Amino acid sequence: MGAYEFDLWVFMLAAFLGFQLIRGVSPLLHTPLMSLTNAISAIAVVGAILITGAKDASTLSLILGFTAVLLATLNVVSGYLITDRMLKMFKRREPEKK
Amino acid sequence: MNSALLNDTILPILYMLAAAGFIMAIKWLNSPATARRGVVVGEIGMLLAVVGTLLRFDVVSYQWIFVAFFLGAAIGIPIAYIMPMTAVPQRTAFSHACGALASALIGTAEYYKGVRQGPPVTTVEMTALIIETLLGFLTFTASLMAFGKLQEVLPQRPITYKGQNLVNLGIFAAAAGTGLALIVAPEQTYLFPIFIVLALLFGVLLIIPIGGADMPTVIALLNSYAGLSASAMGFVLNNKMLIVAGALDGSSGFILAVIMCRAMNRSFSNVLFGAFGQLQTTATGKAGERPVRSASPEEAAQILEASRTVVVIPGYGMAVAQAQHKLKEMFELLGKRGVNVEFAIHPVAGRMPGHMNVLLAEADVPYDKLREMDDINPEMPMADVALIIGANDVVNPGAETDPKSPIAGMPIIQAYKARTVMVIKRSMNPGFAGIDNELYYMPNTIMLFGDAKTFVSSIVKELGALARA
Repeated sequence: MGAYEFDLWVFMLAAFLGFQLIRGVSPLLHTPLMSLTNAISAIAVVGAILITGAKDASTLSLILGFTAVLLATLNVVSGYLITDRMLKMFKRREPEKK
Repeated sequence: MNSALLNDTILPILYMLAAAGFIMAIKWLNSPATARRGVVVGEIGMLLAVVGTLLRFDVVSYQWIFVAFFLGAAIGIPIAYIMPMTAVPQRTAFSHACGALASALIGTAEYYKGVRQGPPVTTVEMTALIIETLLGFLTFTASLMAFGKLQEVLPQRPITYKGQNLVNLGIFAAAAGTGLALIVAPEQTYLFPIFIVLALLFGVLLIIPIGGADMPTVIALLNSYAGLSASAMGFVLNNKMLIVAGALDGSSGFILAVIMCRAMNRSFSNVLFGAFGQLQTTATGKAGERPVRSASPEEAAQILEASRTVVVIPGYGMAVAQAQHKLKEMFELLGKRGVNVEFAIHPVAGRMPGHMNVLLAEADVPYDKLREMDDINPEMPMADVALIIGANDVVNPGAETDPKSPIAGMPIIQAYKARTVMVIKRSMNPGFAGIDNELYYMPNTIMLFGDAKTFVSSIVKELGALARA
């Protein structure tokens, strides 16, 4: 089995798993869901690190890689923080005020 | 540490743990009770993956990486804390733009590296790379355009012209054709910048004809594209964690887009190429000539206070007027008087999936009072009052009764079934989509003219006076 065939299988299974998982998410949390998955896909920072930190990186690679690390980090940091900030707001009942 | 051991044995395990963390993060998001735990697991997963990658032996220079980390965090942290919740749709569009651009830039760097320094990219890798950069660049400009429309820097009305779909299709075909040529013969470096420009251009053109009311679908779709682009990067780098993370994001955005389309009874192609909101301009003009009943805040407060069940139906207008905090006060006051107040949320209310829920949660409305459309519709005939705040199309009975209506067949919250319908609205001007709403002329409807926040404040004041009396 070629590497790409294996990768395709992984993709297919992950996509189906994703469909199943997302269906379980209540519409109540669709906005936090979107910001969370956005933070997760910012794991692309891994690819950006490989480009930027390579031994023989050309100037072009450095510029592109640097920008990509910056953008992905921005998404990771703000994505997780905002998701958590939103989720904190969802409370079941009023705290007793007596 | 033995670097081969790290690269071949430890790193794959770290990546696998990270992917498992992402899966659990989404899994735990199915309930507000476990959701925050999910965020922590996602964070741990990402930390493992990033630290592991930094330790790889082929990563040798760190200074630029750490400068970028620092700058990214320095921009990201303030955004996360300062941003008001009403700006969530804009911020989401912005982060789609960032994520997509990051992935497109990595693809670009990979391409030039492969062509100039080798090892030469294979056809399979090149295909993945072209998909990655195409989706990345087009999502980048499309998300920026969406951001501009949501921030109201750009006009929210759809902009259409004759032959628009043909032009868009042509640009897309040109981009895809150039991509194909690059896959066949990657060494034609002169084609790559052309390919980038075409992809960027297509992203802009794609959003121009889309109106504000369709933003929930479009944002979800862009979310999906950004994820798929990251997944394609996983194919280029032969990294399964990236494939999984991207696929999760891609399927999430896709499902949300499907839910949004279904909630409007429209197809993807209709949302993307139908230019909603432009078709109905002819239907306007006669509005405002038919008699309607209106009332003062005092009368409204009396009716609300005398009822047992009130269903509040919020829409984008509530977000614009920032009326959610005043609504919470009204909710409390009525609750103290024994009135049961619930909130009915239409899936496409607002500018992104779940928009209304976040705003009401921010105002401290308990989430068990936020009800879904299908859940609350059977109870609408029992409601004494349906109070509509800044919503229009999602309560338009024309969707059920008038087969010629542009929103015919769209599932609505059946506010018209309530004993009394109250609509807070600035004036009789038709809503965003320009569709006249029969609801306003029904005998049991009372129009409350004014700004949503001001009017709700007045109701709150009157309720306070009633409580003291």
